[in-house]
Amino acid sequence: MSDTWIEVCAADEIDEEDVIRFDHAGRTFAIYRSPEDTYHATDGLCTHEKIHLADGLVMDHIIECPKHNGRFDYKTGEAKGAPVCVDLRTYPVKVEGGTVFIGL
Amino acid sequence: MADFVIVGAGECGARAAFALREKGFDGTITLIGSETHLPYERPPLSKEALVAGAGPKLVADAERYAAAGIAVLSGRTVLEIDRAGRRVRLDDGTALPYDKLLLATGARPRTLPGMACGGRIAALRSHDDATRIRAHLVEGSHVAILGGGFIGLELAASACTLGASVTLIEGLPRVLSRGVPAEIAAIIASRHAAEGVEVLCGAKVAGIAERPGEVRLTLEDGRIVAASLLVVGIGAVPNTELAEAAGLAVDNGIAVDGLLCTSDPDILAAGDCTSYPLPLYGDRRVRLESWRNAQEQGQLAAANMLGGGEAHCAVPWFWSDQYDMTLQIAGLADGAAATVRRDLGEGAFLLFHLDAEGRLIAASGIGKGNAVARDIRLAEMLIAARRHPDPAALAAPETRLKTLLAA
Repeated sequence: MSDTWIEVCAADEIDEEDVIRFDHAGRTFAIYRSPEDTYHATDGLCTHEKIHLADGLVMDHIIECPKHNGRFDYKTGEAKGAPVCVDLRTYPVKVEGGTVFIGL
Repeated sequence: MADFVIVGAGECGARAAFALREKGFDGTITLIGSETHLPYERPPLSKEALVAGAGPKLVADAERYAAAGIAVLSGRTVLEIDRAGRRVRLDDGTALPYDKLLLATGARPRTLPGMACGGRIAALRSHDDATRIRAHLVEGSHVAILGGGFIGLELAASACTLGASVTLIEGLPRVLSRGVPAEIAAIIASRHAAEGVEVLCGAKVAGIAERPGEVRLTLEDGRIVAASLLVVGIGAVPNTELAEAAGLAVDNGIAVDGLLCTSDPDILAAGDCTSYPLPLYGDRRVRLESWRNAQEQGQLAAANMLGGGEAHCAVPWFWSDQYDMTLQIAGLADGAAATVRRDLGEGAFLLFHLDAEGRLIAASGIGKGNAVARDIRLAEMLIAARRHPDPAALAAPETRLKTLLAA
């Protein structure tokens, strides 16, 4: 399978240990920058009640939904307990020439 | 093999049941609830269930209970706890033995003295209540709401959205006087007014009469409000009768210690029905009616039924959605000596409440969508860590609260 790389933003537009929302082709994603300065991407909406995760808080490798505090590991998409029980889908990310790309 | 019984199949009881399995409990789990639905989340009842007619948002579907080996007895009521025999007696005549018992019996709407719900008078607690209320919320209908708390205001917003006209009657001088700062309550009240809700504060009801086709409220100032439906949203009463009859200590809720144990070590209680000491607030005894508290205490009760010995030390937290606005509050603001405001733009702001020593004890915020969520969550962590943040840093939106937590 070959991913199509879509340009997201400049790498420094996301703070360390933070997240932004990225909308593309009618879909919404969350793009993360970890405390170790690696970049990651997941579906943008929480699997519990379709809330934008980019409004939530990143702590270490965890994104927490702003509405009901459902937690996911944004590197793997794994749901970390109630109220979320369905994992998040993750997407490949690369940084080239200071620009972040998501593989769709 | 141990038998664990959970009385009350709401958010709290259901979360406790699953948490027991997640923690490796291999005995029997029986979850008993008087409603006929499987356990569901109640927050949507004043919102999606009314506006969209959505079905109950289940905590889990039947397959998940089956897979986890949790027996759900729906439409069953526990009549009695036999503490000596360690059994509960059900309304169908059966008795269930328990080694550990969890009471998650919740709360029920407070009613007007001498006035039951029925006919054109309703309260909102269950999905069936929501279905019944929704049938009245049609274009051109008029609904009267008694009580300017979260239920009343969320219901008013949903009724407006459906094209009903709304009169909201609050006895106190302002809406949300319990736990919400006046500055934020004023924004909510004026938004309701802008949406066409008639908000009558400081209004006392002198009489209520059901007449053919309408319910008529007479206020003390002589004003008459005629509506097709009256919804009473004047608070909730904890369901403590079962515990009381069994001789357990009750103090504005089933009284539990920090481990959620009642005065009987084999019986725990959690959620809306419970009062418990809050370590962050000088062990002050509180009873919280909130979704997150129900969930967290359910999970903690499960851990402690298994001997976890984990004390409850959460920061109270709740939210309310009205129109496109969300309000979030963390902590308990009463006792605050100073308030600091932080503006986030587009009308969104937070209020930080500090005690006389400068310790952060609460934060309240309102804004569109989830504009305040991240900062409230960080405030909650600052509160839990008993921090004394610099007020100037709190007020400056360019200061990331995360840096205060790391400091």
